[in-house]
This record gives sequence, structure tokens and C-alpha cells, in this order.
Amino acid sequence: MNCKGVILELSNYIDGELDPAVALELERHLSACEDCTMIFDQTKKSIEILCDAEPVSLAAEVQARLHQALRGKLGRTPS
Amino acid sequence: MPIVSASKPHRLPSSIVQDDEPVLVAAAKSGDRSAFEELVRRYEAKIFRLTQNITQNREDAEDAMQDAFLKAYSHLQGFQGDSRFYTWLVRIAANEALMRLRKRRPGQMSLDEPIQGDTDLMPRELEDWGPNPEQKFAQTEIGNVLNEFIERLEPENRIVLMLRDVEELSTEETAKVLGISISAVKSRLLRARLRLRERLSRFFRQGVPN
Repeated sequence: MNCKGVILELSNYIDGELDPAVALELERHLSACEDCTMIFDQTKKSIEILCDAEPVSLAAEVQARLHQALRGKLGRTPS
Repeated sequence: MPIVSASKPHRLPSSIVQDDEPVLVAAAKSGDRSAFEELVRRYEAKIFRLTQNITQNREDAEDAMQDAFLKAYSHLQGFQGDSRFYTWLVRIAANEALMRLRKRRPGQMSLDEPIQGDTDLMPRELEDWGPNPEQKFAQTEIGNVLNEFIERLEPENRIVLMLRDVEELSTEETAKVLGISISAVKSRLLRARLRLRERLSRFFRQGVPN
């Protein structure tokens, strides 16, 4: 497997969705290619950074409108 | 409007679902309004982030969030508990947001359209980040970079990235929600993840550390 092949399968490898034989080939390439190893590590880190980002709290007026809309509905039992 | 603020200790959606969620869902199902209100309070910011990231329109995002919670309440008896309540809610909210996005951009977004070529996939930024580069920057700064990145990402790739990596839906669940093939989910996810790495790489190289 060459560098391009690694990049094309990177996401599947991160998700553990690669056929074991292909994963082995990819790992063999990673063990010998510093650039691909760096890209792999950085892609994983990027996902982690994205996941760690916390949503900001709802603006007070958005929250007020949401809860007002719900109050009308919550008067009825869920079906 | 900022949708995310920064990077905090690792907290994936699966780990933030608190242990009492099934208890609250059961109580809500039996008519306890305060239990449902607690579920809403718990997830409103996350659901709004999702609908905003899908629609990129504040009004649509708010409507989609509201309708998602209303729909969840109306169909609560149909929730069988075979997934987490939060995952079920994410599916409803994603559908509400997608409906609005499609209405606003009819014919402009084809999620299942094959991606032409892979030449633009090859990474350009090849610089070592060092360990934990995000810790060298203010949380708000990273939050801003992520928001701007998400906003600029093609809708097709953005939505897949949000559902797979932020909301942790499986590839199959994502394909089902979006009505596209598994291979389309995978190729869009690869593209989005590689672009995210490029963007962060540029930021770590050019940003001004604390």
C-alpha cells in the first residue's frame, strides 16, 4: 500500500472498519512512513478536538421560546 | 453566533448521557412533565448546536430544535429504549433540520451524489503539532476556528461529520438518517476529517499561542 492508499483508507482504519488484511497492510506502511503516521495521529487528534468542543448555552430568549412552546404541549399526555 | 466553545476534558455524547436518563424517560412516559423538562434542559444546547450546524440558519435551527422536542414528546410511547434516548432525539432533530435545509436550498444539495475524484484529498499541511497542541491556545480561539470550519464545509460533508463524530451515530445510522448509501457516508466523512486536520494544522502553525 502506498501513501495515497493509506489516506483513502484512513477514516475506515480509525473507525476499525477495515478488513484485517488491509489493516495489516496499512499498519506496515505506517511503521515505515513518518508522514502518514503523522497524518493518522493528527486526524485522530482533530476528531478528538472537535468532540471535546462544548456547545455554548442557549441564548436566554431562545430557551424561553423553547420552553414556552413545550409548556403548551406538555399539558397533554404523550401518545 | 458561536456554537461551540472550546475544548474541555474529553466528553463524548455517550459519556455525558447520565445514568438516570432511562429513569427520566420512564417517568416522562408515564406522564411526569418535569422529567421530560429535565431531559430537554439536559440536551437543548447540544440539539441546538446540531440543528444550527446542519441548517446554518438561526431561525431554522431554532424551529428544528423546537419541533424535535415537541415530536419527541408526542412520540415518546413509541420510543422502545433500543437506543439511548439522546440518539433517538438526535435522529429526530437531524431530520427536522435536514427538512428545513432542503426547503431553503431545493436541488442544491445532493447527499448521495458521488464525489468526483480524490486528488484534493492528499494532505498539504505536513508539520508536526507536538503533544496536545490545543492546550497552547485559548479555548475560545479553538472554538472560533471550529465554528468557522464547520460553517465553510460543504453541507454534505458537514452533516456527515456532525452525525458521525460529534453525535456518534454509527455509519449505518447516519446513512439511514440521511437516506444515502454507507459508502457515501464513508467518503464524505473521510473528506471532512481530512479537511478538519488541514484546518487545525494551519491554525496550529499560524495561531498565536497563549
